[in-house]
Amino acid sequence: MLNQFAFLYCASVIIGTALLAVRFKNPVYSVLSVLVLFFHMGGLYLLLNAEFIAAVQVIVYAGAILVLYLFVLFLVSLKDEIKIDRFVNNRRLATAASVGFGICLLYIIPSFKLGAKGDFTVERITNLTHTKAMGFELYSTFLLPFEVAGLILLIAVIGGLVLARKEDEVQK
Amino acid sequence: MQILIILLQIVILLAIVLLHVAYTTYFERKVIGHMQVRLGPMTVGWHGLLQPIADGIKSFFKEDIIPEQADKPLFLLAPVICLVTMLASLAVLPFAKGWVLADINIGLLFIFAMSSLASYGIILAGWASNSKYTFLGGMRSMAQVISYEIPMGMSLIGVMMLSGSLNLTEIVNSQGGSLFSIYLFPQIIGFFVFFVAMLAETNRVPFDLPEAETELVSGYITEYSGMRYAMFFMAEYIGMMVMASIGTVCFLGGWNGPFPIPFFPPFWFILKVYGFLFLFIWIRATLPRYRYDQLMELGWKLLIPLALLNIFLTGLFKAFF
Repeated sequence: MLNQFAFLYCASVIIGTALLAVRFKNPVYSVLSVLVLFFHMGGLYLLLNAEFIAAVQVIVYAGAILVLYLFVLFLVSLKDEIKIDRFVNNRRLATAASVGFGICLLYIIPSFKLGAKGDFTVERITNLTHTKAMGFELYSTFLLPFEVAGLILLIAVIGGLVLARKEDEVQK
Repeated sequence: MQILIILLQIVILLAIVLLHVAYTTYFERKVIGHMQVRLGPMTVGWHGLLQPIADGIKSFFKEDIIPEQADKPLFLLAPVICLVTMLASLAVLPFAKGWVLADINIGLLFIFAMSSLASYGIILAGWASNSKYTFLGGMRSMAQVISYEIPMGMSLIGVMMLSGSLNLTEIVNSQGGSLFSIYLFPQIIGFFVFFVAMLAETNRVPFDLPEAETELVSGYITEYSGMRYAMFFMAEYIGMMVMASIGTVCFLGGWNGPFPIPFFPPFWFILKVYGFLFLFIWIRATLPRYRYDQLMELGWKLLIPLALLNIFLTGLFKAFF
């Protein structure tokens, strides 16, 4: 009962803040509503007994990535640069398109099926603590995908370095 | 009933911590005063003992000024974010065996999460005040906090590897009761990185660039007054105490001491935290401020490689012994 209530609360806040993020005129407010959204995503992970992912969600997404977004937003002049024409500049057409899309989404829902249950039951994870369970799985079953993700990040880091270096030489 | 007991515990903890905040400011002024051959506060009460109370009352009754050009909701919200996140991280600190409000499995990560959220308060204060000084202070703090969160987290990974847990109580338990089993010795590199990153995270001298008085008036808090200013102040001092507690728990063996104190188990914990606070103040009275590029260089080119080296060495140690 309490879990269901918490889920409903988190889910409705996520939907609400997602809408607000799109609606706000001021991009700083949009980023802040995404911050609230990420926070409640962490809440959803907690409900699933995935405490490690919940903490990482807040640390990485809310604490690092969104701060970088804010950094960029502060550096550009908001009044001059954020003037974008509407994607569909016709109110009726836009309403029709979004309602149609909404109906399509509702139509898809019944085909959603729960996946097969894995080895990890709730009791097993609470005994082992989620952090350890995830660590074991990550470094045994999913070692290859984990290493591939690490390699991709390394490429991104090197790419960032190369881009930053080039600009430096041009200035000299 | 259970909820009432927890609420009562929260109220007691908050009262004690806020009293500590008040008297840390007194302690700071006294210690710095004596280090600079002055007396510090002397007039209010015996040797100025009532000074923090007077300061508190004064800031409570001061006018709450909101600049005209400020972004009002965010301006009002920023100090609250700062204070609430700092207070929230108090919940997972184990002051003694069983003396913890929320004994969660991911205690250490929770504190990281809260301290990374606290930086929003500073950033938003800088932006929402709509003033050049606060904005520069906020930007500096943003860059500083992002840079130093990385070595901070990495320096504690060694501790996590040795204890095999993220739960703060278990980290203390795994260090055992004797002086030589605490993690300060095997994790000496980690402790060095943690200590420097701790000073930077709490915006203290020599890394107090976000509020450098000589350049930026008071940095991100320039436009704040009265109680909202005091909230930033409290957040900063609670941040210091939380960081000192993490240092105590992760490196100095938490509440364990040479001999147990009857009736008051957190005695050694509190003594160690006071030691850290004294170090904070001592450093403030001694060192000049870093330049901005030096700060970034130290963080990225020295502390992060050192922290990575520490993780590597700890891993080798764990693998072979």
